[in-house]
Amino acid sequence: MQAEAALGRAGLWFGVLIISLILAATARDTGFAAHATIIAVVAFVLMWMSAARFDPMSRARSFFRMPETLSRYDDDPVRWGVLATMFWAIIGMLAGVFIALQMAFPQLNIEPYFNFGRVRPLHTSAVVFAFGGNILIASSFYVVQRTCRAQLAFPGLARFVFWGYQLFIVLAASGYLLGVTQSREYAEPEWYVDIWLTIVWVAYLIVFVGTLARRVEPHIYVANWFYLAFIITIAMLHIVNNLAVPVALNGSQSYSAFAGVQDALTQWWYGHNAVGFFLTAGFLAMMYYFVPKQAERPVYSYRLSIIHFWSLIFLYIWAGPHHLHYTALPDWAQTLGMVFSVILWMPSWGGMINGLMTLNGAWDKIRTDPIIRMMVMAMAFYGMATFEGPMLSIKAVNSLSHYTDWTIGHVHSGALGWNGLISFAAVYFLVPRLWKRERMYSLRMINWHFWLATLGIVFYAASMWVAGITQGLMWREYGGDGYLVNSFVDTVAALHPMYVIRAVGGGMYLAGAFVMSYNVWMTLAGRLRDEAPMTDAAYDAEKDRPIVQPALASVPAE
Amino acid sequence: MNTKDNLPTEQDMANEPPDVVATVKGHKRLERNITLLAVATFVVVAIGGIVEIAPLFWIDNTIEEVEGMRPYTPLEQAGRNIYVREGCYSCHSQMVRPFRDEVERYGHYSLAAESMYDHPFQWGSKRTGPDLARVGGRYSDEWHVQHFVDPQAVVPESIMPSYAFLLDTDLKISDPAAMLVALSRVGVPYSDRDIDQAEADLLLQANPDLDDGDFLQRYSEAEIRDFDGQPDRLTEMDALIAYLQMLGTLIDFESAVAQEELAQEKGR
Repeated sequence: MQAEAALGRAGLWFGVLIISLILAATARDTGFAAHATIIAVVAFVLMWMSAARFDPMSRARSFFRMPETLSRYDDDPVRWGVLATMFWAIIGMLAGVFIALQMAFPQLNIEPYFNFGRVRPLHTSAVVFAFGGNILIASSFYVVQRTCRAQLAFPGLARFVFWGYQLFIVLAASGYLLGVTQSREYAEPEWYVDIWLTIVWVAYLIVFVGTLARRVEPHIYVANWFYLAFIITIAMLHIVNNLAVPVALNGSQSYSAFAGVQDALTQWWYGHNAVGFFLTAGFLAMMYYFVPKQAERPVYSYRLSIIHFWSLIFLYIWAGPHHLHYTALPDWAQTLGMVFSVILWMPSWGGMINGLMTLNGAWDKIRTDPIIRMMVMAMAFYGMATFEGPMLSIKAVNSLSHYTDWTIGHVHSGALGWNGLISFAAVYFLVPRLWKRERMYSLRMINWHFWLATLGIVFYAASMWVAGITQGLMWREYGGDGYLVNSFVDTVAALHPMYVIRAVGGGMYLAGAFVMSYNVWMTLAGRLRDEAPMTDAAYDAEKDRPIVQPALASVPAE
Repeated sequence: MNTKDNLPTEQDMANEPPDVVATVKGHKRLERNITLLAVATFVVVAIGGIVEIAPLFWIDNTIEEVEGMRPYTPLEQAGRNIYVREGCYSCHSQMVRPFRDEVERYGHYSLAAESMYDHPFQWGSKRTGPDLARVGGRYSDEWHVQHFVDPQAVVPESIMPSYAFLLDTDLKISDPAAMLVALSRVGVPYSDRDIDQAEADLLLQANPDLDDGDFLQRYSEAEIRDFDGQPDRLTEMDALIAYLQMLGTLIDFESAVAQEELAQEKGR
């Protein structure tokens, strides 16, 4: 029976291996052949592993297996997720600094594989989906277990979600460099990678909802509302935006189901809500768990949580058309998008206020606890970016800012400031707890990371504001003779110093990530740096366990 | 009980106004039932997209009726594939906004009809380089070739990467007919004749020595010539320049008919 199962699994991978080899051999383009080869390699490794690792115990690790011991949370996928988060953060930020330098020094373009146009989607996908996606999946698996006081519902499926997601990232990233793209910003992977991600995402939903269904707590905690909205909405956006007809089943090329104006609005409905649900709702979920835990205070207002959750998820979806102001999109849609974008300011700040005010009674920790300091800065940047966003979506402002680097600066004050800092804070919270260490190797190095990152963002955002406004004004500058003053390339030349400063800012932010990697590495090695102490949140490993029998119900949730 | 979320107790609620009590009590049903919460979330997030996107498919004046628009020739479409592959949209928009400076710099503002056969659209979101919606016919083929090979040789301050490899890469479209079939499945009106002739059309557009048959009747205003300066080869450079040279050229904005149609257009 067990031998049959192992044989069956090895045979399954063998089948996948053969099919992918056939596809690689008959592929219509090199990109598709390369992807088929990657899948063949993965299938070969898995075949080898299922044959070599056959023993009665590992058989138990099949899909849908219910865990044998209920006394501990299932943190294995979370640990892998934190490591993947660190790895992809470095890759994605390196790519970012590289393309920032390309814009200052175009000689750095190495055709064809490392030209700006191919590396740019690699950067955006690596930071948003690889770095951001991994911390979202890892933290959601951590948080949903703690707030439900239950183990992950389907451990095998949870591992499939993690590894399947990594395969998606590898296929997407290698595809961009090879020229496999459908050109939809933040949804560039081609049809077959999209199908794979859909499968992984459905598995993710099953694990998450399954765990919620097993909860011992009667209420579903607010962080889980946000994670759930993030998972459901991303599924909806991903499927609709990637509707396409492939040219052939053994080639990577496909054509979008929609054209022109409908295609544009579908894409920006997706693109804006990738920000709204991937980078906002998911990260607000992290805020709602990690900020109260680190501050050791309850969430400021339960009612504000309810109001801002429903208003945020309802309003965000409408804001997409503000990416298409003054284009051939009908005016009514543009105006609708603008109005909802401005209204969106309120629920966004509702979330920020609920997070910041959670520190009521613990404000002194900003001085003493570097993780709290990082969280507070993240929420401050969230507030700033969600003010700047509605402002940029006003048509008059947008007429100046659109197509310029102002947009890039805006995105990065949100991405580096909000998403980056709250993720780093979560990693600093998670690592000692996941690896059973007393604390991080060094709390002072967290402080270093904080200042490197914060100063880096200041350089980044300030240079992009200046660059964007400069370019917008130069484009529309008329001389006394009634002619345009600047040729296009004049505006490019004017931005050179700003591009250099931006690369410096990005470099500082990346340096902070290297400090963090060292700190995490030493923590994993079990080392403690000898340093003047700083405040950290208390942790009781004994309480950090699921409820297995009613007697334990008196232990508060960790 | 879980204290992290600051759930109000019964005593807390006793002093609250009735609307607050209703909110909290009403929400209790949602946050205790995973199915209800998931369904409610889905309904709430679906509304905005339905209201904004769906009408674009049936409101008639979303896309103007103008003369001159036609599907891309196989060579132009192949060039468009290269434009997409290289991520040109990262730095170049194809959407002229209706402002005085943009119209003077790039030409007539873009119409929705001009991208009606664009799968996917290439409006772009950033202008690190200039808009390309009307770049067709602005520069010579030779200029484009030199500019792709070494952009800084033509425009010293440019920060565009070099694309010299396009000149050395043969255009490989394994099945041009399949490309047109896929496009016609998503609604581009290619005729059966277009699909049958796809491969021949692809070759003849870059080679004036070949017989062009009814090519120009099927693709009005299409230009037949060697684009990359290498008459003996069909390269990716041929395809990309053929695409760039037709951008924005299909609609004649000077013609009286077009002006009249635009003047009558309302409600956009």
